[in-house]
Amino acid sequence: MAEFKVAPADAPLGEKLMTWVDNRFPASKLYKEHMSEYYAPKNFNWWYIFGSLALLVLVIQIVTGIFLVMHYKPDAALAFASVEYIMRDVPWGWLIRYMHSTGASMFFVVVYLHMFRGLLYGSYRKPRELVWIFGCAIFLCLMAEAFMGYLLPWGQMSYWGAQVIVNLFAAVPFVGPDLALMIRGDYVVSDATLNRFFSFHVIAVPLVLLGLVVAHIIALHEVGSNNPDGVEIKGPNAPKDAHGKPLDGIPFHPYYSVHDIFGVGLFLMVFTSIIFFAPELGGYFLEFNNFIPADPLKTPAHIAPVWYFTPFYSMLRATTDVMVNVLAVIIGLGAVLAVLKGSFAGKGKLAVLVVAAVAVALLKTFDAKFWGVVVMGGAVVILFFLPWLDHSPVKSIRYRPNWHSYVYGVFVVFFLVLGYLGIKPPSEVGTLVSQVGTLFYFGFFLLMPWWSKLGTFKRVPDRVTFHPH
Amino acid sequence: MKKFIAAFLLGVGLVSGVQASSGGIEWDKFPKEKMTDVAALQNGAKLFVNYCLNCHSAAYMRYNRMRDLGLTEGQIKSNLMFATEKVGDVMKVSLDAKQAKEWFGATPPDLTVIARSRADSSKGSGADYLYTYLRSYYRDDTKATGWNNLAFPSVAMPHVLWELQGPRAAKFVEEPDPHDAGKSIHVFKGYEQLSPGTMSEAEYNNAVADLVAYLQWMGEPAQGQRFSLGVLVLLFLGVFTALAWRLNAAYWKDVK
Repeated sequence: MAEFKVAPADAPLGEKLMTWVDNRFPASKLYKEHMSEYYAPKNFNWWYIFGSLALLVLVIQIVTGIFLVMHYKPDAALAFASVEYIMRDVPWGWLIRYMHSTGASMFFVVVYLHMFRGLLYGSYRKPRELVWIFGCAIFLCLMAEAFMGYLLPWGQMSYWGAQVIVNLFAAVPFVGPDLALMIRGDYVVSDATLNRFFSFHVIAVPLVLLGLVVAHIIALHEVGSNNPDGVEIKGPNAPKDAHGKPLDGIPFHPYYSVHDIFGVGLFLMVFTSIIFFAPELGGYFLEFNNFIPADPLKTPAHIAPVWYFTPFYSMLRATTDVMVNVLAVIIGLGAVLAVLKGSFAGKGKLAVLVVAAVAVALLKTFDAKFWGVVVMGGAVVILFFLPWLDHSPVKSIRYRPNWHSYVYGVFVVFFLVLGYLGIKPPSEVGTLVSQVGTLFYFGFFLLMPWWSKLGTFKRVPDRVTFHPH
Repeated sequence: MKKFIAAFLLGVGLVSGVQASSGGIEWDKFPKEKMTDVAALQNGAKLFVNYCLNCHSAAYMRYNRMRDLGLTEGQIKSNLMFATEKVGDVMKVSLDAKQAKEWFGATPPDLTVIARSRADSSKGSGADYLYTYLRSYYRDDTKATGWNNLAFPSVAMPHVLWELQGPRAAKFVEEPDPHDAGKSIHVFKGYEQLSPGTMSEAEYNNAVADLVAYLQWMGEPAQGQRFSLGVLVLLFLGVFTALAWRLNAAYWKDVK
């Protein structure tokens, strides 16, 4: 137990109260550790706003969600009408609903940008592997949360989107149909599905999400924030002042809290512009045919998930029989290359060949649809391994060879193109482009141990680069 | 950094670029100024309850919401309510959905949010579609109802506003298919007025625009409030952000 403190008799009431609390709960300690004495590098740039913004959007989603649940009916016969009831009869209901629907998309906007920042500056590298892994788990939860939340308005796109995605699980060998049945709770998406998705959306997933967010922040504050230079400001060799405080760090509060308030102002201008002037955002945030009530007997001509899933959806659609053959050839060539060029012993070479042969045999045994699901899931899961895939001697893109930024640039372009193609109905050219994009996406990560070491790296400075404002 | 921004903008450009046309005729532009014209919206409401609200419901829309269009409850009760006594009721119809399906081949859809659902990012807003659709009927004796529609071929709904517009025939000519020399395609070459309606063409277009304005308004009755509140919110945020910017600068001037 910590030392029991006693406030001086003539201390102000506030100080006495805080002393009383601090003897029982580490309020001041927590405040110091996470706010006033959490030293963050002073050279953050605008990329560093998206973490705070993600937290802001999370709070918006939870608060608006609480009010929506007060009026929403998770019942297939009433759900669509209850959303329109919120839009019309509940005072300010339209505003709450638009905040929630816009918040869902903006959550992905800020999270994608937040993740890309991590990618640029190597924020996942040692000792921040767990910060990154918790973050990836948050991303996964967010996808589940968004997917299940999207069913709740019970429009045509809600219904058929859920139908398509749940059916993907049916492609899993042996247990697939039973798995899909278990998820739906019925043979088609129905009232049972709506009820369980509601339960997951409003309580189960948010609970996990909040726990992970806390873990993400605790892990971050344990190891300290990275920065655009990728220079450690708190390490044993980092410059410190007479009190042992990092010279290149500044207290999070007030410096980054005022910084973030400014960023929040700018963000809210964008956010509210969408809410008030374009809540559907041209059909990307609220899809037009989701204003038609769900009809199990009428399949829409074109079913596309909401924009934030489309890069992964494109990868699923790209995995055709041809693509499976291409993957088999790549695995075969990779194995041959590993045997010829790799430094394996005799048994190792044999093992590589056996593994490759089994992989090719499995690829040809199961349906391409199943491998599409594997590719789609793998595209997210691979992110978890990033800390061990990157073998670059420096963290930040700033000190990597120039051509690395082109690799990152092409990666971003492909990701956006995949997203674009996922919105469109399938086409021959689109499939081909998305196959190339899928191969690039996986190549980017799987070949990273090789390419991230290549090239001439620049010298990393001892101190962060900072220009006073 | 610039490379990333350039790459990002390229991606955004691709996403927001032209969408492939999903077929059908081009949509005319709905005259948006109708949305702020209270008289037009009231006239649209009148047309709606008289012509649409017999087969089509608007089951999420309450009659008394039309007070937002400058009408009193008394005016709504005496002029616009034929199906119910209570002004707080939603706009239901007594048409049986099953029978309707037998009669028309399709259940008349609820119209509350029809204007929102019919938008197409490559063709225009839902209002554009409705404005085009209600002006694209023509006589077609091969159809059960005797009517067909260019914007919605083989539509189940007959031309309910035909007395106002007067019946028209569509003129088609056969032209060689530019993509396949062996085939010919059906090309639309204008309408032919068979007999005059009670309205001139301009009057009819105007009446349809009023009706569509009402449908657009009914899709989201809060939309006017949304715009005006949005301006205030942005003004507030502009001031807030400017102050936050200066506050930030005041703190950061000490950081060397």
